[in-house]
Amino acid sequence: MAGTRGSSLGALPMTPAGGGGGEAVVGRIVAREDFSDTTFLLEFEHPAMARAARAGQFVIVMAHEHGERIPLTIADFNRGRGTVTLVIQAVGKTTRQMQHDCRAGGSLFAVVGPMGTPGHIGEAAKVVCVGGGLGVAPVFPQARAFKEHGAYVIGIIGFRNRDLVFWDDRFKAVCDDLIICSDDGSVGIKGFVTDGLGLAMDRHDDIDEVVAIGPPVMMKACAEATRRAGIKTTVSLNPVMVDGTGMCGGCRVRIGDRIKFACVDGPDFDGHLVDFDDLMSRLRRFATDEKQAMERWSQSCRLAGGQESPGGAR
Amino acid sequence: MAKRKTIRTIPQERTPIAHQEAGSRVKNFGEVTLGYRLEDSLRESERCLMCPDPACVRGCPVNIDIPGFIARIIDQDYRGAYDIVTESNLLPAICGRVCPQEHQCEGVCPVGDTLEPVAIGRLERWVGDLAIKEGWSSVPYIEPNRFRVGIVGSGPAGIACAADMAKAGCEVVVYEAFHRPGGVLRYGIPQFRLPDDVIDAEIAALTRLGVRIECNTLVGRLFTLEQMLNEMGFDAVFIATGAGYPSFMGIAGESLNGVLSANELLTRCNLMRAGEFPDYDTPLHLGREIAVIGAGNTAMDAMRVCLRLGAENVHCIYRRSRAESPARVEETDHAEEEGVEFHWLTTPVEILGDDAGGVRGLRCIRMELGEPDGSGRRRPVPVEGSEFEFAADMVVYAIGTNANPIIGQTSPLTLNPRGYIETDESLATSMAGVYAGGDIVTGGATVILAMGAGRRAARSMKDYFGIRDTDAIYPAEGQAHPATLFGIDTSERIFARVHLA
Repeated sequence: MAGTRGSSLGALPMTPAGGGGGEAVVGRIVAREDFSDTTFLLEFEHPAMARAARAGQFVIVMAHEHGERIPLTIADFNRGRGTVTLVIQAVGKTTRQMQHDCRAGGSLFAVVGPMGTPGHIGEAAKVVCVGGGLGVAPVFPQARAFKEHGAYVIGIIGFRNRDLVFWDDRFKAVCDDLIICSDDGSVGIKGFVTDGLGLAMDRHDDIDEVVAIGPPVMMKACAEATRRAGIKTTVSLNPVMVDGTGMCGGCRVRIGDRIKFACVDGPDFDGHLVDFDDLMSRLRRFATDEKQAMERWSQSCRLAGGQESPGGAR
Repeated sequence: MAKRKTIRTIPQERTPIAHQEAGSRVKNFGEVTLGYRLEDSLRESERCLMCPDPACVRGCPVNIDIPGFIARIIDQDYRGAYDIVTESNLLPAICGRVCPQEHQCEGVCPVGDTLEPVAIGRLERWVGDLAIKEGWSSVPYIEPNRFRVGIVGSGPAGIACAADMAKAGCEVVVYEAFHRPGGVLRYGIPQFRLPDDVIDAEIAALTRLGVRIECNTLVGRLFTLEQMLNEMGFDAVFIATGAGYPSFMGIAGESLNGVLSANELLTRCNLMRAGEFPDYDTPLHLGREIAVIGAGNTAMDAMRVCLRLGAENVHCIYRRSRAESPARVEETDHAEEEGVEFHWLTTPVEILGDDAGGVRGLRCIRMELGEPDGSGRRRPVPVEGSEFEFAADMVVYAIGTNANPIIGQTSPLTLNPRGYIETDESLATSMAGVYAGGDIVTGGATVILAMGAGRRAARSMKDYFGIRDTDAIYPAEGQAHPATLFGIDTSERIFARVHLA
């Protein structure tokens, strides 16, 4: 337990209030599921976090000792099993490496959370939850929370094509109305989630709130669509972070005429006030470094692959 | 004890300390100030006049028995010197390096009236370093009691409080949000000023006292203060989360890529080792012409890190003059030696962007000093028509921090209008059993002041538990101490407990 701790995840000394169950190892991956060649799910043990997590919060993960700290929105949590679920899109070096290395039975080097102010699940009677791309998973707990609060929940989830669809069953279970959108029309309606949102707004003239999670362009388009109708729209921002506790200011975003830190003031904000252009510009901050890291990692994988026997992944 | 010394009989010159030469040190992260050798310490110790009523002890925020430990050095009882220092300060190797001694112990040393004051900080560091080298630790006999203490934050305030409560026999758990303990010592202060292994050694000393450190734990969000007290079995909690919510100025261009807080820069480099990218995954994207706004210790650290990482030019922009700058004198001198260009009496009015969302320069305005303000320093006022531009591709803000909001967001604690936690004299907060200290109460200050607060909170917790405070070094102000308490000498250092309750 001295200063430098190789595996820094100690078990939390929570007194077992809810039974506890078997011996949980904080950070141990208990399940992995691959939804496509870029999207995968990790479920890890962390009973205290599962108990504390609420819709809209995120965690910061360090995959290994030399890793960077990346924020990932919580996709699900199971208090009974004491687990937290992340759905990750392998887009950069760190997430690609996690896709390569993280297996059930393995461990995350560090995971801290839940972070951020929980989404406000208010009095809304009719809610639309929009998830596109990497936003499909994190909008799920929001949809479920609204359902648990007795709201009429309309789910809109978008994928490129039929093969990439996941969690439609989970959404069906918590949504009164579910619209699936695909770019090629191979499943659900043909079009983007904004088309789905337009459809929902045509069908229902009494929508109280829209929650949209996905790439910034998507959230921006959703916010524009609802602005005209004056429907409250909440978006979840995922800018670059280091600590996730309000200390570095790297995640500052422009909300109206004010600067907010997404980690502690968010990550959920009023979509009509968010300066998405500013957000998108700031997300490109480390573009060249990310490219360099990615190239170097791909090269080391090729080298390692050449030396190992076929199928010799660790 | 040696015969009475006078200002005429002591070595007149302060014993110099070796430094890494400026030209070579800006190319590495090795320590700049190399520390005394044994003969240096012996010589410098002779300069202490052994004042009967030592001002330095009062000047020290944790009241180290300074003449006492220096006398042990003279007697060549180095272990004894270490034991005396650690009665008041668990972290001599750290404080010897980072305390602003010129404003504390050394600032009031009477030798300094005529000569240079005794180099107390260097001696303290020497003692601390020797202890690390020899593997000494001061672990007293600890009689366990039934109390459990939770500490939020493993920075200087948290560490100091943890040590005192562990010595008092309590079970202590320290929670840290980062993956490595140390708080600002770890993420904030660079290696060349405070090497990682010194922090590791001092934290190891803490764990030898039985303190458990839980990293990756964000108190407030993973569990609340109420849960700690009501469900997790803690009898008291000390909040030492620091200030650390960086300030920006609110001028145009602050969203540009290439504008960041010193906290972010330092965390990326110190904790996440961005200087070793891509061997470490955290990038920094260092500029070539870097402007750092502010002239405190954090600004100096940020600038010197940038130089070591290969920046071509580093500019310090400060709205007041050198005399008002809040950094330790040594840090400003070191930064200057290493090639930082200072622009005193200058403040930025706009950050200028390029087409790609990056920074191309700064528009600044000259300032002059007017009437004194609330802080007693002369207020800087802009000089009409003195605006000018200069080229920079990275801008770092080191103009201070605000209160971290997480504990306030997640508990009913009373905060002051600026978001800091309200406490009384004893550092008790508005929640029974919850104490707070360090930057989260005072706003940005120093390592040693935070440690002093940690110790003060520990004292209050012992009072709260009704366990006898055996810490005779640090008596409460204004409280008459009876010679005995229930027949036990209050200055006695055995660790038997008397429950007043």
